[in-house]
Amino acid sequence: MKSNKLFERAVHGVFLILGLVTVACVLLITVYLVISGIPAILEIGVWDFLFGTVWESTGSDPQFGILPFILSSIYGTAGALLLGVPVGFFTAVYLSKKASPKTKEIMSGAVSLLAGIPSVVYGLVGMMVLVPGIRALFGLPDGASLMAAIIVLSIMILPSIIKVSITALDAVPKEYEDASLALGATPEETWFRVSVPAAKSGIATAVVLGVGRAIGEAMAVMMVSGNVANMPSLFESVRFLTTAVSSGMGYADGLYREALFSIALVLFLFIMLMNAVLNFFLKGETK
Amino acid sequence: MKKYISIFLALLMMAMCLTACGSKEETKSVSTDGSTSMQKVMLALSEAFMNNNAGTTVTYNGTGSSTGIKAVKDGTCDIGLSSRYLKDSEKAEGLKETILAIDGIAIIIHPDNTVADLTLEQIASIYKGEITNWSEVGGSDGEIVLMGREESSGTRDGFESITGTEDACQYRQELTSNGAVLTAVAENPNAIGYVSLSSVKDTVKAISVNSVSPSEATIKDGSYPVQRPFVLVTKEGVELSETAQAFFDFATSSAANEIISAAGVVPVN
Repeated sequence: MKSNKLFERAVHGVFLILGLVTVACVLLITVYLVISGIPAILEIGVWDFLFGTVWESTGSDPQFGILPFILSSIYGTAGALLLGVPVGFFTAVYLSKKASPKTKEIMSGAVSLLAGIPSVVYGLVGMMVLVPGIRALFGLPDGASLMAAIIVLSIMILPSIIKVSITALDAVPKEYEDASLALGATPEETWFRVSVPAAKSGIATAVVLGVGRAIGEAMAVMMVSGNVANMPSLFESVRFLTTAVSSGMGYADGLYREALFSIALVLFLFIMLMNAVLNFFLKGETK
Repeated sequence: MKKYISIFLALLMMAMCLTACGSKEETKSVSTDGSTSMQKVMLALSEAFMNNNAGTTVTYNGTGSSTGIKAVKDGTCDIGLSSRYLKDSEKAEGLKETILAIDGIAIIIHPDNTVADLTLEQIASIYKGEITNWSEVGGSDGEIVLMGREESSGTRDGFESITGTEDACQYRQELTSNGAVLTAVAENPNAIGYVSLSSVKDTVKAISVNSVSPSEATIKDGSYPVQRPFVLVTKEGVELSETAQAFFDFATSSAANEIISAAGVVPVN
């Protein structure tokens, strides 16, 4: 008896420790970001840092305004959602409700494959195909632009939106739909008036995941967006918060390096805030 | 609660230790720190040195010229690597420069572009946005698209300081590697870019500057203007460890010339 209890305690302890590892990672990252991000913000000045429109980190009179990055990230993510969410949502409805089992299997497989493609490959294809394509299509001097980033991001968020939405739609109790059909509603009415509202919370989660992926993506964006610290405009070269950090981190030093940590901190807080807000608005209503 | 806080602090400190520059507790190792542009040549040199001297290790830490110079000054590495000449202020702090090799920066354009030669002034004007169309410099009509490197790049620093365009370049794209610049220029018929001469490929055309085409010979005799030195930085009056001195002598000897050339830069010793 006694050894049994001891064993249980030991197992409990092991699981607790494993759980704490995750918590410790989150705390460590948070603490590290705050400690290394705050000094530069204070040195530059909160207002100048967050709302300054000029970024010239290596100039003789360095300026560290990250408003162009913040706005680029917001516009890029919003654009990707604008393109990606409708496509992903309707694909999920089709695959969950209408598609034959065989179609569903093949298309779900393709979607999973899309999720498994590394972001650098998206970036490479974007650089070789999309960027020259945009240049030719819109008659621009160069195609690396916010537009290219939005298109790449909208494709990248498709898998998470489709897969999570399908799971949510599949989980809607069949009785709901049967009842709706029995009352004389057409299948289409049933999907959009019954199944989708019932799966609302799951679909909201899918959108939140998509936002997270889009705003946190660095590699693919860096390869197609041109990476110049301009104020965002659809066909101009732009730099996102993520790419500002990753393109500079390799070589930067001094205040520039500290400022990169500050950008990372802003990005971190930004994602937290966005998730909290989206969770509140999208999921709160169902309760 | 206190316990957890102390655990987190301990973890934090460990993480910070891991990021610190390599120390030199082993006498048989040489630590170098600095310019990322010098990575290729340094790795080739250290590999050859380690093959000839069993039991020694040469570490390379690519942090950037200024950081490397600072590391020598602070004594956190044996030899600093800089892809620019030392500033007078740095020499005044007791640092000594030894030129290892010269790197040429090639100005590249799309192969279909008919322009074959630009002066250094024209290049500067193009990058400052004063010349915006290829027809102004003898090419066919087309808006010039400026490709460059990210602001902390050694190649960008080299290019801008040679052409005198610091803080004035109107880039359309800021790419993060030589390879990315090559790809971007090869994809756009109106693009112009700059890369390390050693990384130029057939997909682009390297133009001549002031009527001098970039090559090992024109770089070495100084006639090709867009070039910069690769410098080994040491402390004046401070003796290197035996291994570090051996490596330094090897790198600056004529025996290393072949290795340096193979890495795409021009040896001077």
